Amino acid sequence: MTPAPHKAPAGAGAAKPRLTTSAMIASIASEGQRTKPAPFGHALNALASEDARIVGMTADLGKYTDLHIFAQAYPDRFYQMGMAEQLLFGAASGLASEGFTPFCTTYAVFASRRAYDFIHQTIAEEDRNVKIACALPGLTSGYGPSHQATEDLALFRAMPNMVVIDPCDALDIEQAVPAMAAHQGPVYMRLLRGQVPLVLDEYGYSFELGKAKMLRDGYEVLFVSSGIMTMRALEAAKALEADRIDVGVLHVPTIKPLDTETILAACSRPGRLVIVAENHTVNGGLGEAVAGLLMREGVHPAFRMIGLPDEFLAAGALPTLHDRYGISTDALCAKVRQWLK
Amino acid sequence: MSTASIGHNISLERRAWNIRRHALLMGEVQGQGYIAQALDIADVLATAYFHAMTFRPDEPNWEGRDRFLLSNGHYAIALYAALIEAGIVPEEELETYGSDHSRLPMSGMASYTPGMEMSGGSLGLGLSIAVGKGLGLKRKGSDSRVYTLFSDGELDEGSVWEAIMSAAHFKLDNLIAVVDVNNQQADGPSTSVMAFEPLTDKLEAFGWFVQRVDGNDLAAVRDAFDAAKAQMGTGKPSMIIADTLMGKGVPFLEAREKNHFIRVEAHEWQLALSALDERKPS
Repeated sequence: MTPAPHKAPAGAGAAKPRLTTSAMIASIASEGQRTKPAPFGHALNALASEDARIVGMTADLGKYTDLHIFAQAYPDRFYQMGMAEQLLFGAASGLASEGFTPFCTTYAVFASRRAYDFIHQTIAEEDRNVKIACALPGLTSGYGPSHQATEDLALFRAMPNMVVIDPCDALDIEQAVPAMAAHQGPVYMRLLRGQVPLVLDEYGYSFELGKAKMLRDGYEVLFVSSGIMTMRALEAAKALEADRIDVGVLHVPTIKPLDTETILAACSRPGRLVIVAENHTVNGGLGEAVAGLLMREGVHPAFRMIGLPDEFLAAGALPTLHDRYGISTDALCAKVRQWLK
Repeated sequence: MSTASIGHNISLERRAWNIRRHALLMGEVQGQGYIAQALDIADVLATAYFHAMTFRPDEPNWEGRDRFLLSNGHYAIALYAALIEAGIVPEEELETYGSDHSRLPMSGMASYTPGMEMSGGSLGLGLSIAVGKGLGLKRKGSDSRVYTLFSDGELDEGSVWEAIMSAAHFKLDNLIAVVDVNNQQADGPSTSVMAFEPLTDKLEAFGWFVQRVDGNDLAAVRDAFDAAKAQMGTGKPSMIIADTLMGKGVPFLEAREKNHFIRVEAHEWQLALSALDERKPS
């Protein structure tokens, strides 16, 4: 099922700008987009200035998760655990059991896949107050499956006690950080780092743990989305205005616990196509969570899901990959037009 | 001050014997349990709780206590026996061992049992948690120590070596680990499942203060805990490698063919108790 990278891509040799592999990207932002630098690191510093229990921990990825901002400001509250994710989370449990609030960072692939049992047993089962913030969520690296955390939401959704957050932009992240600390218990948050897009400030939005927010209303289509797909959905909604297609966007930054009330109310409006959009495999993420909710509650709108396919994704340049796997703004617009025909 | 406050004049020999007896009574309740391991580690637990550690029986979460992390959760029967002997768990609860709604499940979990500081069962977790607790205690300026017990089979787990490397890196001289080398794990003798010797050399190379003792020689175990405690201030974490004999204290179990899970027939629990009673120390 793996794509065939040895095949020359269509149009190879033609005079096109050459897109290079997007690796541990410093920004998911598109050209000219408004951004804010390192919202996670700065928000954590602000929190730490008021709460002496906050400590930062990483497994050799401080610079790549914006935790270096915290490490510079609070060197004595920063723990470099080495490239050892199992130790990172076990030790975080130990620090939490002594009354501290560790914010742990690594890449989402390593937390969700390598250290799963350690998080499950030492953090979730013991209900320790550990906050996990992980970079490179979903398809935000061009390095291939080793770095693409396409199943992290499904894995952490399945874990009892775990709260799961998929933020859209810099505003979401900087407001989520104090909300994570205010929640007593383990939290997993997907992290965008570096120059992070700033989008939601245009919508009078504020992050509330466990709350979905209607960013714009629309009569024909409702996107129910999380993470960077909310940014894409908003872009698609604007683009589709030209086609006189009226598109609403419901942002669901907390994947667990799901804001069932808001989602049910939004999906109950008659005659509106509901499209769940997520930067995650279609297996076990927001799409199936919403589908299950609607089915259980007897709410049956026309329903579609946009997400990553159930396969190991290719390496390459992100714009190419987002187009190929259907999570670019253009791909969203094309799907909406097709499904409304 | 240690537990000596409850029953001042009781010898370590008698404490260890009591722990073995509590464990056998729990094993009889369920007709199963890791009794051979409980018998082999009783001397270590008696020394930890009645010689080395500081705690308050009526206040198991007292901030000034030494922490004890049971990494090998299947040794819960042994730790419950020690917690009963220490007055942290009431003796009458041993009749509930492994039953519905009991605070004493077959595998140790933090939320079930007073004095149980972690959820074991998934092997190789304890040392990582111990590193975090050691860091946390130092952050708080506490002079409490973290004790952790794990089994020789856990040496196969990579995470154990991550924790061993980091404990030395962070100079956790408030950490005292005991590894029970009974040389028996699920699939056979531990050293044949995965060669971990020479263990002392390896651990010393990792920067630990290492002592290897006969884990069923109470005087040797006591001296080892004393020397480990004296490491505070040196920056070195301590490892006590305790070579133990499965079934210790019940001759017919000591002699039984070695296995990770030694079978005890229904009628043998009383025989084991009788054999132990014949060896009751003063």
